Amino acid sequence: MKYIQEFNDPDLARRLLEDIHATATRPWAMMEVCGGQTHSIIRHGIDQLLPDTVELIHGPGCPVCVTPLEVIDKALEIASRPGVVFCSFGDMLRVPGTDRDLFRVRGEGGDVRVVYSPLDALDIARRNPDRQVVFFGIGFETTAPANAMTVHQARRQGLRNFSLLVSHVRVPPAIEAIMDAPECRVQAFLAAGHVCSVMGTTEYPSLAERYRVPIVVTGFEPLDILEGVRRVVRQLERGEHRVENAYPRAVRAEGNPGALRMIEEVFEVSDRAWRGIGTIPRSGWRLAEAYRDFDAEYRFDVTGVRTRESALCRSGEVLQGLIKPNECEAFGTTCTPRTPLGATMVSSEGACAAYYLYRRLAAAPAPAAPEEASIVG
Amino acid sequence: MAEATAPLDPAAWSCPAPLRDQQVVVMGHGGGGTLSAELMREVFAPAYGNAVLAGLGDSAALSLGSARLAFSTDSYVVRPLFFPGGGIGDLAVNGTVNDLAMSGARPAHLSCAFILEEGVPLATVRRVAQSIGAAAAAAGVTVVTGDTKVVEAGHGDGVYLNTSGIGLIPEGVDIRPQRATPGDVVIVSGPIGMHGIAIMSVRDGLEFGSEVVSDTAPLGGLVEAMLAVTADLHVLRDPTRGGLAASLNEIATASGTGVALTDSAVPVPEAVAAACGFLGLDPLYVANEGRLVAFVPREHADAVLEAMRAHPHGAHAAVIGECVADHPGMVVARTGLGGTRVVDLPLGEQLPRIC
Amino acid sequence: MCLAVPGKVVSTEERDGARMAQVDFGGVLKTVCLDYVPEAREGEYVIVHVGFALQRLDEESARASLDLFARLGLMEEEFGDAWERAAEEAGMPHPDGDTGDATQEVVR
Repeated sequence: MKYIQEFNDPDLARRLLEDIHATATRPWAMMEVCGGQTHSIIRHGIDQLLPDTVELIHGPGCPVCVTPLEVIDKALEIASRPGVVFCSFGDMLRVPGTDRDLFRVRGEGGDVRVVYSPLDALDIARRNPDRQVVFFGIGFETTAPANAMTVHQARRQGLRNFSLLVSHVRVPPAIEAIMDAPECRVQAFLAAGHVCSVMGTTEYPSLAERYRVPIVVTGFEPLDILEGVRRVVRQLERGEHRVENAYPRAVRAEGNPGALRMIEEVFEVSDRAWRGIGTIPRSGWRLAEAYRDFDAEYRFDVTGVRTRESALCRSGEVLQGLIKPNECEAFGTTCTPRTPLGATMVSSEGACAAYYLYRRLAAAPAPAAPEEASIVG
Repeated sequence: MAEATAPLDPAAWSCPAPLRDQQVVVMGHGGGGTLSAELMREVFAPAYGNAVLAGLGDSAALSLGSARLAFSTDSYVVRPLFFPGGGIGDLAVNGTVNDLAMSGARPAHLSCAFILEEGVPLATVRRVAQSIGAAAAAAGVTVVTGDTKVVEAGHGDGVYLNTSGIGLIPEGVDIRPQRATPGDVVIVSGPIGMHGIAIMSVRDGLEFGSEVVSDTAPLGGLVEAMLAVTADLHVLRDPTRGGLAASLNEIATASGTGVALTDSAVPVPEAVAAACGFLGLDPLYVANEGRLVAFVPREHADAVLEAMRAHPHGAHAAVIGECVADHPGMVVARTGLGGTRVVDLPLGEQLPRIC
Repeated sequence: MCLAVPGKVVSTEERDGARMAQVDFGGVLKTVCLDYVPEAREGEYVIVHVGFALQRLDEESARASLDLFARLGLMEEEFGDAWERAAEEAGMPHPDGDTGDATQEVVR
């Protein structure tokens, strides 16, 4: 695929790696904010190819992981109601609420459907006027324009049987929370490229200045990530703390003005609880007053859900980059993707699951490389 | 909310409650991954386990008098009933034929049971039946017995099928996952992921346009061609639910060996890679219905590969890795960049990702 | 967060008041909302997330990035410049006004 294949090129990756190896002289710890980048790093084994001195701390940028328990429990409650079609992105189905998940609700007879886009949920609402269709509108800034447009269209088309259960989070307040944590080890950020495709980069210079950390807007293919790391290392070695755009093919400084206008129209900034971390002021979006009628929390009375979290898991510290997943006592023993203790283990994007899936090898002897060349004719 | 005023205090960070034993069946129990294996291990094996069942092959190898018989059964609950490249009828025949072939057997006879939902058009049933007949003829098997039940409207997706099959295992053939041996060459018979992507492309909520068609095909002939090279094939598996990743993990676990894959050697059609790209899926975990993966002793690998490529269902066969003594029970892939990653057994069904 | 992939706009149409497009992701066609990139034309690439195009893909920047990677370690100084040019063309400001860091590029 054009513009993907080229950014996976092993020869160019080697050049970037050589440059990073040549540049890094001291230990540096940087956080990739976005779960998609974590996925790519582990999927391609990028962390193993970097110098030992360059440490990637996996950040909290997985909307699935950080969606608060209370909202999950509300989702489970709404999805269980008769007459409701509950639509969600696929990876939310396995996230545990207090005592069950959306899979379980479906097993118990709830109509829970996986869709690719919120517009698919809108379609379902149009085709099923006698059912209440709810879309689980989670995500970071990247997903906000999609969810905003969907509600906007629902209102314009007068679709009274559609509503959104919103749990939107924003990156910059999370960066502040991470940097303000007393034990913070993060010295630089790889900012999430697709968040910046929407938001632009104007929110970052003040953060880079205030915390004196380099912030490099980074894409998702292996070469993009290596270039982000390369630029961060170069700045750190020079003692700089600038905002750079290492993903210019998809990110413009001003972001996407149309998308920003739509977000402004449909959402309003609110405090938001991050699962495993706590409440971060002004770190979320909720539906604006004018769209209250489309807010599932109002349409369905879901006040009074009781939530309970386990005390065993340290996913909060993982999300903040204070510990690596395998430093948690429960990691790989009582906490596995099959029996997750924390949301970081549940999502395939979650730092713990990523570690578990791809780094279990660390405990085993290194594999020999296959010698297929001698056989394939 | 209760924690709305709580300050950011690392010591007080709380975590989600565990969701351990699902006390009801969830879709993942049928997904061919960890949950399926647990159901087998914790529910079925204790209830009626025996030495043959414990073999965990795609089919059971039985001795009846002097004959060695392969016996297998499978149920088909695919939605939609017809999809690009085939339908439930083709799957029901080819699936069971392939399960038999994976023990080296020559598939001979099938049973076919219909569970029909009240109200389903007879034309649909006829269309399914005709595709069963055509697929059986193409696979060289006969459908010799059957059954029909009807459930009330709303209690089924139109048509469910079950097929069982028997076949004769030739003299000197002993193919089972436990026989994987370090040094074996791992060969896949063709491009992966096509069936799963073809099905997804017509699923409600995910629809996309694609020329990817299901790879559903009977593999008895291909296996016969491979056995003509050597009777000493160690393992054959058709990577259906859970994809190549699930099959390789099952083999690694059963044999106590490791599997070393080379990511770039695995044949993935561009459109499959593209669909996986925007859905956030890994092609290694996507279902196939007309592919096999073989563990072949190194000395026979060249000849077996050549024989496979000479057969229509193995024209694009490729070596994708080898069986190793390292990391027993694990599948490890070397990535395109030269790193490594663990290819784990999928938990249940693969879900499209948002991020 | 945010799985987004580049695809090529094949055709466009109005539907329910929204500008929709068929976008080709290497042999897979998906209907995508173009309302946020109204300037995108057929034949151009867009970055798509959950059914919405979020940005046009700047092909020139993509080429410049690849050129830069290709020449890393060979001709750093010259390419440091090219990189900065590409970044500027993409509208990326340097908050501290430092655009001439090419000379500081580490040479192996």
